[in-house]
Amino acid sequence: MVMEKKPAINIKGVRDGLLITVGEGEWRDLEAALLQMIEERAAFLEGARVALDVGNHILRAVDLGKLRDRFSEKSITLWATLSNSPVTEKNAQALGLATRIHTPRPERIIHALDTNLPGETAILVHRTVRSGFKISHNGHIVIIGDVNPGGEIFAGGSVVVWGRLKGMVHAGMDGDEKAVVCALEMEPMSLRIAGYTLNLPQRRGKPEPEMVYVQDGRVITEAWKTKVK
Amino acid sequence: MAAKVLTITSGKGGVGKTTTTANLAVSLARDGKKVVCIDGDIGLRNLDVVLGLENRIVYDLVDVIEGRCRLRQAMIRDKRLPELYLIPAAQTRDKNAVSPSDMVRLTDDLRAEFDWVIIDSPAGIERGFRNAIAPADMAVVVTNPEVSAVRDADRIIGLIEAEEKGPARLIINRVNPAMVRRGEMLSAEDVIELLAIELIGIIPEDESVVISTNKGQPVALDGKSRAGEAYHNIARRLNGEKVPFLNLDEKEGLFQKLARMIKPGGN
Ligand SMILES: Nc1ncnc2c1ncn2[C@@H]1O[C@H](COP(=O)(O)OP(=O)(O)O)[C@@H](O)[C@H]1O
Ligand SMILES: [Mg+2]
Repeated sequence: MVMEKKPAINIKGVRDGLLITVGEGEWRDLEAALLQMIEERAAFLEGARVALDVGNHILRAVDLGKLRDRFSEKSITLWATLSNSPVTEKNAQALGLATRIHTPRPERIIHALDTNLPGETAILVHRTVRSGFKISHNGHIVIIGDVNPGGEIFAGGSVVVWGRLKGMVHAGMDGDEKAVVCALEMEPMSLRIAGYTLNLPQRRGKPEPEMVYVQDGRVITEAWKTKVK
Repeated sequence: MAAKVLTITSGKGGVGKTTTTANLAVSLARDGKKVVCIDGDIGLRNLDVVLGLENRIVYDLVDVIEGRCRLRQAMIRDKRLPELYLIPAAQTRDKNAVSPSDMVRLTDDLRAEFDWVIIDSPAGIERGFRNAIAPADMAVVVTNPEVSAVRDADRIIGLIEAEEKGPARLIINRVNPAMVRRGEMLSAEDVIELLAIELIGIIPEDESVVISTNKGQPVALDGKSRAGEAYHNIARRLNGEKVPFLNLDEKEGLFQKLARMIKPGGN
């Protein structure tokens, strides 16, 4: 359904509520059009759960936070933000917004096999992942910072934590048993690789850099001594 | 004058946000600053009680926002100090009566006249928290040396970073040195190591806090108790003074060590 005069903004019903899509153009203009639209259609939108697809726009956390607040003033719940930009996705996740809806957009379905393409994708997260925050990515995830208790990491591939790993990690979440998890201090609340769960050993003495991987159906923890398995 | 807007928050309830708001407001006012504090805990107001001003409430925050009174009319002056005011929370409304942009507008109206606007945040991470943090120039996270309080503080610090209001500063409240010594309580070092933000104060567990709260006379009014002194030191640090940390423990050197662990601006 296309709105008259505002072709840049579309609303449609999806399984999880409403999906609002914004088109190309200056973000300022689109934001203004969006706000005007929720003003004009307040009665229709009141109480709605909305997912917002911002396409290629790169939005800062403040932009997203402001939108969410303006929506919430109209009793509209902004629960998800879809984006082609990993930066926007990261900012949305930092605000606790979902970045996928029930029926993912076709171009974003990535099968387990596709994560093993040459030149696999990885994201670099240069911050501490605090309690209640979640990072998920179909490729590998590299974190420079700590993963605190209550923080969660979900990766299609491997996970490297250049810091203390005290939260939850699931590597190889689409079934990739070759995925590994490395951390400078390995003290996860829980750790899984593909379908295997690490039975957390009692820590003896000072934590040291370790790598966890699956071999012959067992999860192995190994001190990192500049060698690759 | 250009006020700094300071939001006191925690995630978990009962850790000492309201106590901290009242005592920092009193300490700053004692040092000659013009201070207004806002009770952001709509529906569960109690900053007025802790400050001993509950009998003087006529209008509240929601009355101002909904235009039933002028801002001035909702500001209660604390007669014990030259320039300390309170804007109380509404008792009978819910958090949705106020929006983040209402709070930004309200504090903008106060900025010109005050040195400090201090906002007491409700527990939780929902609307009430977002109302309290929206206008903040600076956020202080209060926690207790307990695993669950620290976990919530960590979450709140992350949310403050996400709202681009960080880095938050940390107050560890209700530290009991004897229990820390016996290994029965997390030490301040343990808490700082996990949260990795700048520490601006440690408040000891002190029964005079409870007694003074019940009387509506914040400990910082006279500054004779350990807790009162600790709050006053935080106020001075907020004003940019370098104040050494109190040695809560007999054991020498612990807090010197702590001071070294502080990483300003770290996340
Ligand atoms: N340092 C302290 N020593 C002893 N009791 C304290 C201390 N700080 C707070 N309290 C008590 O803890 C309770 C909760 O404090 P309050 O400030 O209301 O927490 P919050 O606003 O975070 O819910 C109050 O009864 C208060 O008197
Ligand atoms: Mg309170």
